[in-house]
Amino acid sequence: MSEDQKKDTPEQADFRAYCRDWLSKHETKTPSSRLPQSAIEIMHTDQMEYLREWQYEAYQAGLVGCDYPVEEGGAGRKDCQLIANQEMQAANKPFLPNILGLGMAAPTIHFHGKQGVKENLLPRLFSCEDVWCQGFSEPGAGSDLANVQTFAEKKGDKWVINGHKVWTSLAHFADWMILLLRTDKSEKYDGLSYFVVPIKSELGKSVEVRPLIKITGETGFNEVFFENLEVTEDYLLEDLGKGWQVAQTTLLHERGAGPMVTPSSGGATSGGSGNQEGLSVGGAYSLINLAKASPRNGRTAADDPVMRDKIMEMIIRQEGSKQGARRARVEGLCDHPMRIPLQSKLVMSEIRQDCGALAMEIEGAASTLYINDENAPVGGEWPLAYMNSYGVTIAAGTSEIQRNILGERVLGMAKSK
Amino acid sequence: MTQPKNFAFGEDEKMLRDTARKFLEDNLPTDKLHKLVASNPDLYREPESIWDRDLWQQIVELGWTTVIVPEENGGMGMSLVALTALVEESGRAALPSPFLVTANSSLVLRECSAAAGGRLLEEIAGGKTASLAITPKTGSWTHDDCDVALEGGTLNGTAWFVQEARKVDSFIVKAESSKGIALYEVPAQATGVEIVPDTIVDLTRDQAHINFNQVKVSSDQLLAEAGEGSAALSRAEPGLLTLVAADMCGAAEWQLQTTVEYARVREQFNRQIGFFQAIKHPLVNVMIMVDHAKSLTYNAACAYDTEPEHAEKFARMAKSRASDVAAYASNRSIQFHGGIGFTWECFVHLYTKRQKHNQILYGDASYQRAKLADILMGPMAA
Repeated sequence: MSEDQKKDTPEQADFRAYCRDWLSKHETKTPSSRLPQSAIEIMHTDQMEYLREWQYEAYQAGLVGCDYPVEEGGAGRKDCQLIANQEMQAANKPFLPNILGLGMAAPTIHFHGKQGVKENLLPRLFSCEDVWCQGFSEPGAGSDLANVQTFAEKKGDKWVINGHKVWTSLAHFADWMILLLRTDKSEKYDGLSYFVVPIKSELGKSVEVRPLIKITGETGFNEVFFENLEVTEDYLLEDLGKGWQVAQTTLLHERGAGPMVTPSSGGATSGGSGNQEGLSVGGAYSLINLAKASPRNGRTAADDPVMRDKIMEMIIRQEGSKQGARRARVEGLCDHPMRIPLQSKLVMSEIRQDCGALAMEIEGAASTLYINDENAPVGGEWPLAYMNSYGVTIAAGTSEIQRNILGERVLGMAKSK
Repeated sequence: MTQPKNFAFGEDEKMLRDTARKFLEDNLPTDKLHKLVASNPDLYREPESIWDRDLWQQIVELGWTTVIVPEENGGMGMSLVALTALVEESGRAALPSPFLVTANSSLVLRECSAAAGGRLLEEIAGGKTASLAITPKTGSWTHDDCDVALEGGTLNGTAWFVQEARKVDSFIVKAESSKGIALYEVPAQATGVEIVPDTIVDLTRDQAHINFNQVKVSSDQLLAEAGEGSAALSRAEPGLLTLVAADMCGAAEWQLQTTVEYARVREQFNRQIGFFQAIKHPLVNVMIMVDHAKSLTYNAACAYDTEPEHAEKFARMAKSRASDVAAYASNRSIQFHGGIGFTWECFVHLYTKRQKHNQILYGDASYQRAKLADILMGPMAA
């Protein structure tokens, strides 16, 4: 038995057997072009279509959204998404592309949306027939998120939206957006409201999406402009002025600390499948083989005691994070219920970043070689992964904001605001 | 074999831990500890061994020393996870006692096949205390390195860095003969045993080197035959590393909470100093490291109980990370207490000194990583 399998509930055990069986029969097609390292770097339609088809199949099989109620497009299961995730990851399937929908929009709509909105929108979100994006940050509202100025004004029975969102991943494919905006300019927090709004159907009319180019050279995030976009009040979540509270549900899930487990199928990409056996861009353990394959000072990096020490430190941090997630579920070993969950995003993103930096150090001179260079180790994926890691340490509340939250909410030190 | 998801930390373990925490909070609050061990700040003080024997008697009566003694030897036969939780609490209280060394001795004895091993475990279950005398002067943690010779039933030489030497009844002595490493029990009062106290930094412990001058040992003191001692120590080693890591996790949590509390009351520039991110963020970093170290420590304890093939790997991870957090938490705890943190009367130095001692015991962080690399990467090319 695997570690995960131990102590499954009867429902989990049956479901795990089902997932394993389905996955063993499911054939993953070969993508026609290189896949990016994660969903937020999807640039091209062919990449999206390939991944969309995979999510659709996984949803039809019941592996995506299974903990949600049946009327919302789920399967009404209890604590089974985690099982599906473990099995999809073990089967080394591609990642699910609708990551902002699954991870943020779905739990927010589930907890705060009107029944009709849930029933109309969630099934198409899980199946990836609709792609979702998140409209939170603005040019003047980054770490100070509550400073958003995008404004909705009531005109008749419609809300008319004007404003400018930025760093909006997947907006270029998105059908829908979760949108934090302002309905009252006199109150900072209580003047915020939370809508879901159509994007794709309004392109060329009241919505414009302009791509931004990342430091890697990839696209994937965008600016979004609203000019008199009209929606009905059906698409308002909770009451007017409750946007900040609703946004906490989104943020909690975005940071891996919410009650709904985000469907996730791991990360098999074409990255690193190049010419070197056994090498791939992965977690800290993948640095061992990289070190064995990387020349250093007449030997290999694996024979350099300093590099060995650094690799072990990386592995220990990663294992500590993994065991922390395990301990967070053991009530008797946690003095504060949110202490470990609120660390999740911060720790994961910084480990990923430091892992990328260490991988480049291990590669040495060859780490100067980038994607598309035939001599680049692991296809140049490590320099790309290192640079992309800043997306994660900055997005969803920077590491600095995460440390404020932990210092204030968990340790009780004086608030910065 | 595989580990249970909850580290096998169930209701019994929780009750034991909660009782221990309450007991130490009631009976050894930090101000009392400070009065007990820090009464003499003299730089040139004589080596001391200060502890509360009455408190220790109560701990023995609570059964802490019987937790991992097997049931057939009169103990509770519980898991290392249960003991880890107790050691974590004793670290949080910086308890001066022979608890950790006696627990370590029990772990080694459980790996000894000779009859005297079972007898000594029974005596430990009955309240006897013991410590390991296994380290040579070089401080090497390699089990084959030894400064005590065994010849013709007689021990000669010196064991170094023996923990709590003046608190315990007996020593488990590592001795080298022509047939390899053996382990013997030697009572502290035995003829020819000379305990030479070391002057040490840590105020919550005592340490000594022990001279063995023509010390006679007989078969009823034999714990592991010559040639079998190193293997017994190797099997117990993941347990020893895990327990020291647990002590550091408990102490680091105290350092974190104490420093956070100070950052919440101390005001400068008309604000609590915890407002400033130069204070707030490093304390969050301490918390994250404590949490990783603690999670790794329970994982290591659970592996020792249920997954012996991975025990060493996980124990080295735990000891490495716990040593790192011990160093960092100590550093920040003094610095963030400012001028008062640099004084003898402030409590934080007690923990900083205990942590420094813990970091070194059985190998520091980088030593553990080097050993871990040998496991995960294979040995280095010559």
